[in-house]
Amino acid sequence: MPVRTLAVMPTTRATTEDRSAVRTLLRLWPYVRPVRARMCTAALVAIVASCTGLVIPLVLKWMVDGPVADRDPSGVWLGALYLLALGVAEAVLFGIRRWLVARPLSQVEAEMRAALYRRLQRLPVAFHDRWASGQLLSRATTDLMLLRQFLAFPLTFLLVNGVTIVIGVAIMLVQDWVLGLVILAPAIPVMWTCAVFERRYAQVTRRAQDQVGDLTTVVEESVLGIRIVKGFGRHRSQVRAFHELAAVLRGTELRKARLLAVIWGVIVALPELAIGAALVLGSVRVADGGLSAGTLVAFLSTALALRWPVDSIGFLLAMSQEAATATERYFEVMDEAPETDTDGAAAGAADGPPPTAARAGLRFEGVRFRYPDAPPDAPPVLAHIDLHIHPGESMALVGATGSGKTTLTALVPRLHEVTAGRITLDGVDITAVPREELRAKVAVAFEEPTLFSAGVGENVLMGAGDGATAADLDRALAVAQADFVHTLPQGTGTRVGEQGLSLSGGQRQRLALARAVVGRPRFLVLDDPLSALDVHTEAAVEAALRQVLADTTALIVAHRPSTVLLADRVALLSGGRIAAVGTHQELLRTNPEYAYLMSGDEEDHR
Amino acid sequence: MTAPTASTPTADDEHRAPGTADGGGDGGDAFDRDLLPAPPGATAALLRSLLSPLKAGTAVTTLLLLLQQAAVQVGPLLVAYAIDTAVPAFRDHRHGPLIAVAVGYLLCALLSGVLQFAFIESSARVSQDVLLDLRGRIFRHAQALSIDFHERYTSGRLISRSTTDVESLRELLEEGLQELVTVVLSFVYISALLLWLDLGLGAVAVASFAPLYLLVRVYRRRAGRVYRARSTAIAAVIVKFVETMNGIRPVRAFRREAANDAEFAVLNRRHAHTNGDALLEMARYVVGSRLVANTAVAGIVLWGAYRVASGSLELGVLAAAVLYLRRLYDPIDRLGMFLNSYQSAAASLEKIAGLLAQTPSVPEPAASRELPPARGGLPGREVVFDGVRFGYRTGGEVLPPFDLTLPAGQTVAVVGSTGAGKSTLAKLLARFYDPSEGRVLLDGVDLRELSVAELRRGVVMVTQEAFLFSGTVADNIAIGRPDAGRAEIEQAAKAIGAHEFISALPDGYDTDVRKRGGRISAGQRQLVSFARALLADPAVLVLDEATSALDVPGERAVQRAMSTVLRGRTAVVIAHRLSTVEIADRVLVMERGRIVEDGRPGELIGGSGRFANLHRAWRDSLA
Repeated sequence: MPVRTLAVMPTTRATTEDRSAVRTLLRLWPYVRPVRARMCTAALVAIVASCTGLVIPLVLKWMVDGPVADRDPSGVWLGALYLLALGVAEAVLFGIRRWLVARPLSQVEAEMRAALYRRLQRLPVAFHDRWASGQLLSRATTDLMLLRQFLAFPLTFLLVNGVTIVIGVAIMLVQDWVLGLVILAPAIPVMWTCAVFERRYAQVTRRAQDQVGDLTTVVEESVLGIRIVKGFGRHRSQVRAFHELAAVLRGTELRKARLLAVIWGVIVALPELAIGAALVLGSVRVADGGLSAGTLVAFLSTALALRWPVDSIGFLLAMSQEAATATERYFEVMDEAPETDTDGAAAGAADGPPPTAARAGLRFEGVRFRYPDAPPDAPPVLAHIDLHIHPGESMALVGATGSGKTTLTALVPRLHEVTAGRITLDGVDITAVPREELRAKVAVAFEEPTLFSAGVGENVLMGAGDGATAADLDRALAVAQADFVHTLPQGTGTRVGEQGLSLSGGQRQRLALARAVVGRPRFLVLDDPLSALDVHTEAAVEAALRQVLADTTALIVAHRPSTVLLADRVALLSGGRIAAVGTHQELLRTNPEYAYLMSGDEEDHR
Repeated sequence: MTAPTASTPTADDEHRAPGTADGGGDGGDAFDRDLLPAPPGATAALLRSLLSPLKAGTAVTTLLLLLQQAAVQVGPLLVAYAIDTAVPAFRDHRHGPLIAVAVGYLLCALLSGVLQFAFIESSARVSQDVLLDLRGRIFRHAQALSIDFHERYTSGRLISRSTTDVESLRELLEEGLQELVTVVLSFVYISALLLWLDLGLGAVAVASFAPLYLLVRVYRRRAGRVYRARSTAIAAVIVKFVETMNGIRPVRAFRREAANDAEFAVLNRRHAHTNGDALLEMARYVVGSRLVANTAVAGIVLWGAYRVASGSLELGVLAAAVLYLRRLYDPIDRLGMFLNSYQSAAASLEKIAGLLAQTPSVPEPAASRELPPARGGLPGREVVFDGVRFGYRTGGEVLPPFDLTLPAGQTVAVVGSTGAGKSTLAKLLARFYDPSEGRVLLDGVDLRELSVAELRRGVVMVTQEAFLFSGTVADNIAIGRPDAGRAEIEQAAKAIGAHEFISALPDGYDTDVRKRGGRISAGQRQLVSFARALLADPAVLVLDEATSALDVPGERAVQRAMSTVLRGRTAVVIAHRLSTVEIADRVLVMERGRIVEDGRPGELIGGSGRFANLHRAWRDSLA
């Protein structure tokens, strides 16, 4: 139990059944496409360079059998010149290959990361509820680095080395087909080992990468929850949990290493055996006079020149396998459907008749909601919501903890989509409005006031359109009683958020409120906006906020009477329905549940 | 005295004040630039200390590699022997030498395969042990560092230290070190063999190392710069990424997607650029080294062939020399790869060493004391602030010197406006910070003398942020007391009024908070935090805004729990809502770091002071 306490459950596991690494890797094509010309050129250059290396033994053979045997110094010079020319060519060509791909591949990696980031920003909020951000981060960093390495190296060199091996083998067969066949003999067992190994390696790789993601999650949570860890003196059990997970990862990595060790052992030993056999056989034939010494030297140096291409196949395949897994993990996110704006059927409603009094304002009609990933037998969070907030009216939303108030507010800016029913703004179904436009119309202040790493002013102005001025900013700060901003080191330019000054909960909440009102939105959704404020500040904010609310249609989640009193009317959310609507005083008198929620007295609840 | 800023390494930096924004400098400091200085040599010392417990494993691994390389390098020697000795002998019908070649080659091949296998296994064990150790160290250290450090270092950086930076060390260990040893070994072996085969040819080969060495040096210097820049660039990308994903709701609601894309693109491009720079450095190095190597090969072949032609060198020796030469220079690319991973790992290790060099400003005592047995059968303990002053080193005094005694069992409400120093007071009591001067005593024992376990039996603090960890609801409550059984967990939840909603979750207490149907509202999260605190059952409970997201019934349940389950504990409650005051025995009103009013709630309400005003305002708000 103690150790398990904070142990992380694996959050996202894909089944690694039969899937072809090649097919998975082919999915990278759209990202590689823009740099395909350079990639192909680089591969060609590499093939040429690699073959240049293969010509060198032939020059050697020519020297040994020709000028050396004939004791012809000028021939020796010529041969050495050839060798030098080939050597320079090889060096330059390999350099050109690297130069060709250096920038493009970094761009491919960056582009893929940007695409992932773009996609993640546009995936439904429900997706983010489900995925630990450590898993997302490990995809954006480790996995993409693996992919870049794959494109830079294994992809090119599997081709280059393949071609080199084929040409090299052809050269050897032409020189002496018997010795050639001897050299070729280990190819089949090596390939078989590779095939077997590839499958197992793929599974272990996937497991390792997921475990890295889990480890990242623990690191992240331990940092984000540091106050709790410290407050309860739990850092030892955190460390223990981390250690356990890290030890599991170590086990997986060791299994991976063992698989690699087997393949390497085979890849090193078998070709060496073949070369030994060829040497003995070749020596016998040289002794018989059936083979020239030069041919044997050339033959063996070709075989040795092929050692690296053959040896490398093992780790190239391993890297490809890891890249395939990384690709799979990458596309697990990229394949999720982003939020799209419905442009079909409902769109017509946008041009509907001008709002009549009955339709104007914010209306919930038969709204039902269950989380898309909730078990099918679970009751919906919101069963049937009917609520009409008239234009300019502010409505407080009251309900017991966990009754779905926050969920209801999330439906208005379409952070979640209604399961059934509809929500209309001035008679227009919100699903008919592009999200961008909808969210510009509806401003939200969240329960948890998140600030971003940017200036205070920027953080507030996020809530406004492009035309917002300094005056708008000052007005919003005044409404939210956030004048403390002017006393910060750089005033409204002071950086806050993750990479800036840390502000207290109350200060952040006031800035979040300022952000919600700065754009003078037509519709305002406030989720318990004053919870972290002290009484004086709360009173001052309320006074200022009343002015704003006078002509704004607002839905305000409230936990206490003081907040409720900001609103014209109150709606009581209970059992997934709006159980009652009325003024604060009315409901206090007539609705026992409401009275209980507002006063906390059990007797009232009877 | 240990001020919270004591961990800040340099004297001239102006870091921002922890906690609140009131006062404090801006950030143009080591933290913001992500360059925590490590003492000179710390990086190397770190690497040494990581490897030293693994001496045996490292030795075995090195030995295996030595043997493996020896087995591999015998090949061309056997070729020379075959051509120069075995072939003529075979012509004379002496088969012995050729059989020796055959057996020799067979043995070498098998040995090199087996040794390769053993080497990979053993080196993986060493490198995984190092990584486990390093990951653990970073994690432990990050956990041991105090809150004020975390308030400045940012989570994204800490994450990037323990992910990408560890990853680059992994690359160094798994590939780099092997490359390096292989390269050095084959240089040594092959040079020796060449010298032995023919002194002249060998000398030329060894001479070619000089320009190679120069190349390596230049590359090291240039690449070092590039890699440091790259490591900083990726950390910036990570920080932005984490911030966006953790704040996805406001990102969406305020349509930040496009602006974020643009900002991310800048950081991402910067990283791509440094990445490209690194690859280009590598390209330059490879071209240079290949040129040197191929020129040397041509030169040696020229001279060797000349001598064979003039009869002063055997053909077999030349053949072997040529075969060796190709092997001699083959690994220089791999030397580049090693340097590559070395540079990147060095840059990362430097950052890790910088992190590890931070000393916790709230250190655990070397020799800890125990709390005396509780007096008078009461579970609560007496708290004394003895001449406590608290300020940030940059100036801003948050709490001027004060004395305060909270008798055991008293419930004290602390009220005052934002920035009055309430949270700082609470953090001092919970030892998130240490006072700049004076002592905080728990039943007469300085908090600084208590071990963490003893301290947390004494004081537990519940803050406003009700963070839930991955795992089940029960797991999350059990953080309060890990050895608690299910019954105790449920009892704690019941006492705080959380049992109902937890039972209604799909799997009840076993519901994974990150899984299907596990959504828990902010108020519910605060209830879970409270259940944690109840379970921990401390002598002193500190609540810092811990009820802000609760509704009135929830708050009542908490108050009930405090007057029943937590009865007799000393409690310090910071709340904006004065309803809490109703259960308090005593109220402290703070303003600008000073306690301006102190008395029983009834007395203060009846008076005309600040609290009376506050209370009236609050009463009015309930109307």
